[in-house]
Amino acid sequence: MDNEAAFDKFKSCAVEVLQVPAEKITLEAKFSDDLEADSLEVVELVMALEEAFDITVEESELDGVLTIGQAFDLVTSKL
Amino acid sequence: MSSTESSTKSQPEASRSERVALVTGGSRGIGLACARRLQRDGYRVAVTWRTERPSPLEGPDGTTPLLAVNCDVTDPADLGRAFDEIEAALGPVEVLVCSAGITDDTLLLRMSDERWSRVIDTNLTAVFRACKRASAKMVRGRFGRIVLVSSVTAMLGSAGQTNYAASKAGLIGFARSLARELAGRNITCNVVAPGLVTTDMIAALSPERLGTLTAAIPLGRAAAPEEVAAAVAFLASDEAAYVTGAVLPVDGGLGMGH
Repeated sequence: MDNEAAFDKFKSCAVEVLQVPAEKITLEAKFSDDLEADSLEVVELVMALEEAFDITVEESELDGVLTIGQAFDLVTSKL
Repeated sequence: MSSTESSTKSQPEASRSERVALVTGGSRGIGLACARRLQRDGYRVAVTWRTERPSPLEGPDGTTPLLAVNCDVTDPADLGRAFDEIEAALGPVEVLVCSAGITDDTLLLRMSDERWSRVIDTNLTAVFRACKRASAKMVRGRFGRIVLVSSVTAMLGSAGQTNYAASKAGLIGFARSLARELAGRNITCNVVAPGLVTTDMIAALSPERLGTLTAAIPLGRAAAPEEVAAAVAFLASDEAAYVTGAVLPVDGGLGMGH
C-alpha cells in the first residue's frame, strides 16, 4: 500500500471515529486542540486503526502521540 | 389463564426490548433468574455456564430461546471464544450482566493464597475482562448497560469471607470508574448488591446460621432470585438511562442502603 492510499484509509477511520469533516484530518492536526478528541475517542481510533490495518499498537507506543501525523507514522511503521 | 397471557398482561409493551443481553453465570441462582427475566422482557439472551447447563432454554411463547455457552470466565481465551460465538449468533452484546461468582470461605488465618486468588479471579478479574470485551462494541454502538452483581457483604463485611467481600467491594470501585469512563457514550454501569438470596450458595449454610442471618434482616426473610433479577432488569432497561455508578441494595433492609 502506498503512502497516499494508507493515509486515505487512515483518514476514513478518523472521520468515522472522531466524527469530524475529512478536511480537518491533516498531518498537523492535534487530537485534543484541533479535533477535540477526548481520551476515549483516541483509544477508539487506535482500535479502529488496529482493525483496519491489521496491526497491534502497544499502550506504551502511544506516549507522546499528539497529532494525526505522529499517529500515522506509528501506523505506517508497522506495515 | 395461560402463562403466556399472564406474562403478556404483566409486561406492558413499552418495557419490551429486543436488545442482546449476556448474563455470565446464567445457569443457576441469581444469574439464571436474570436471564429468564430478560428473556421474558423480550431480550435475546446469552448465558455462560460452567458446571450446569441451564434447562430449558425456551421461555414463554414469543420469546427467544437462551443461547447457552459453556465458558470458564476465568480463562481469557475461553471468554473471548464465548463472546465470538455470541456475537456471531446474536450480534454485539448491548446489556452485560456479570453474575458469575463463587465463595470459598475460611477465616483469614487459614486463608491460602490459592483460595484468595480463586475467588478474586472469578468474582473480580473475570468481570474486568468481560466488561473490557463488551464495552469495545458498546462504545462503537454508543449504547450499553452493564450491571454487576455484588453483595451486601461488600459493605457489611462477613467473618470468613475476606476474599469474597474484597472481590465484591472491588466491583463497586470498578463499576464507578467504568461508569465515568463510558458515560459520554451512553453506556451506564451499575451494581446490584443482594443480601441473603435463596440460591445454592446459601443452601450450604446450617439452619442455625440461616436463622441468625434472617433475624438481622428487617424484612425477615431471604430474597427469591427473581427479586434480585427485577432490580437488574430495571438497570438494564432503556428507562434507566440516567442511572449510572449506582449501588442498588436488594437486601431486605439488611444494609439500610449502606
